[in-house]
Amino acid sequence: MATSEILEHPAELPPVLASGPWRWMRRHFFSSIGQTLLTIVVAAIAIRTLWFLLHWAVLDAVWVAADPQVCRDAGGACWAVIVEKHRPILFGMYPYDQHWRLVLMIVIYLATVIASLTPACWKRSLLIPMWIASVTAIAVLMFGGVLGLPYVPTSEWGGLPLTIILFTGSVLFGMPIAVLLALGRRAPLPVARGLSVVFIESLRGVPLITILFVAVNIFPLFLPAGMEVNKLLRITLSIAVFFACYQAEVIRGGLQAIPRGQYEAAASLNMTYWQTTRRIILPQALRICLPAMTNHIIAAMKNTSFVIIIGLFDILTATTAVMQDPLWRQFYIEAYLFVALVYLVFGLALSMYARRVESWVAVGRI
Amino acid sequence: MNAVSKWYGAFKVLNEISLEIQKGERVVVCGPSGSGKSTLIRCINRLEEHQKGDIYVKGIELNDSVKNIAAIRSSLGMVFQSFNLFPHLTVLENLTIGPTLVRHMKRKDAEERAMHFLRKVRIPEQAHKYPLQLSGGQQQRVAIARSLCMEPEIMLFDEPTSALDPEMIKEVLDTMIELAESGMTMIVVTHEMGFARTVADNVILMADGNIVERAEPEEFFFNPKHERTRTFLDQILKH
Ligand SMILES: Nc1ncnc2c1ncn2[C@@H]1O[C@H](COP(=O)(O)OP(=O)(O)O)[C@@H](O)[C@H]1O
Ligand SMILES: [Mg+2]
Repeated sequence: MATSEILEHPAELPPVLASGPWRWMRRHFFSSIGQTLLTIVVAAIAIRTLWFLLHWAVLDAVWVAADPQVCRDAGGACWAVIVEKHRPILFGMYPYDQHWRLVLMIVIYLATVIASLTPACWKRSLLIPMWIASVTAIAVLMFGGVLGLPYVPTSEWGGLPLTIILFTGSVLFGMPIAVLLALGRRAPLPVARGLSVVFIESLRGVPLITILFVAVNIFPLFLPAGMEVNKLLRITLSIAVFFACYQAEVIRGGLQAIPRGQYEAAASLNMTYWQTTRRIILPQALRICLPAMTNHIIAAMKNTSFVIIIGLFDILTATTAVMQDPLWRQFYIEAYLFVALVYLVFGLALSMYARRVESWVAVGRI
Repeated sequence: MNAVSKWYGAFKVLNEISLEIQKGERVVVCGPSGSGKSTLIRCINRLEEHQKGDIYVKGIELNDSVKNIAAIRSSLGMVFQSFNLFPHLTVLENLTIGPTLVRHMKRKDAEERAMHFLRKVRIPEQAHKYPLQLSGGQQQRVAIARSLCMEPEIMLFDEPTSALDPEMIKEVLDTMIELAESGMTMIVVTHEMGFARTVADNVILMADGNIVERAEPEEFFFNPKHERTRTFLDQILKH
């Protein structure tokens, strides 16, 4: 009887909440006197700011002008400075008539990276030859000295290609170092543990600028006379090691999250330490700490701008140098906004890709 | 296994355990929680290190020699209470990773062998799923198949069914019974007394790091010699 009563009872539906834009606005912006006031003040500030920006950046802006006087008369943003100076900003002191090599380099680089980030291309038989070919092509383009291309020493490299090389190099060298340091910190051998801890803690406690300074000015003193390690390589490795120390701590967190049973199952299958690490532990640990790793990769991209102190002209330093031009220097804000945009595009692309990878991990696609 | 002792800190988990198991024998180990059952079988494949006494598996001494440990582990299969499948690999990859990586088998051969054992544990249709998409009982059967792919001569089970819902216990026990019928040497830590009665040649009761009683199931269940065994049986048969 009780059952039939329950069955006959009409199913209760959740109350339908009134909706619509007005209700939504009232609930979120005008639900009390205090909130109403706040909404009005914030809206007023926002509208004023947007109005100003619209005028400055669009309505009163000058887009093309060979003479900076046109900009001064207009009073708005002077985007003309970017049209005028984009080549030295993007390519630094690289010989002007050779800039096409850098454009080609960036195209090859982007194509290689985009292909490498596509799961369909994740085959060793494809990735390894592709990277060897790209790195060779990029080296030939950048250095020249063969195939009738004039030689350009690294001291003349600059701008976006230099930033790209520093960033990619430091991540490519840094990730393996980070993994080794993280493994070392948890290794069964006390020596490996001790070394990793000392290495990580001492380098993490020092500003990157100091490390770069040591690499450029002090490290050569320890080399035997006549021996020289390319400055660009030294800088890349320094950023790589600095990056690795932070990344190692992130990866260690991932390693700690792997249950003991995984190690025991691998041991009972008679897998060696390296087999277990490579095939069982790292793949899981790296998936776990993917979001935190992305953080440090984006930071590494921005860290490349520290090379300003040792006289390399990455995109940011190149901009500073270019904006010394007395004719255009008052429009430095526009120039820096342009550089910020370049960083933003790369940074956003990285974090959007990372989010995509996280969702692949979540659905078990990789 | 002769006079094996092990301590965790100052706590003696195994107290001079001596035990001999013949090829083809099936031994069930039971006893109250914390009595050292897991530690005992984990010492046999060096997931734990014993500190006194000797352990020999197939005449090979279990000591610090990496070669000996590898030789012994290659004749042992282990099934854990919590399955310990590799969650980032598919079922098939879980089964082939050992043979390809450790035994250097060709991928195709390893996959054939994997499918053979998946059919044996009756889940060949799950080969391309990930472990976490399977039920507990299915995962444990995959774990058994994973061990079998390494062609062990002795299988160790540490409470293989105690993390499972009742309706899944049977499917895992059935798999184990079939394995026993095929002549596999088995050491099984379990509280499934039905399994012990039908399959075991010997039942061992452990308490506080000692082997209290070792007897054939008939003896063990209906005519136990020790008071301790009687109270233990009373306790678990009540539930
Ligand atoms: N890694 C460890 N460190 C310290 N004590 C442990 C460890 N593993 C197990 N023990 C202790 O050893 C005793 C025996 O454990 P175990 O062999 O797991 O018992 P069982 O499997 O019979 O329940 C328990 O008292 C447990 O608390
Ligand atoms: Mg146990």
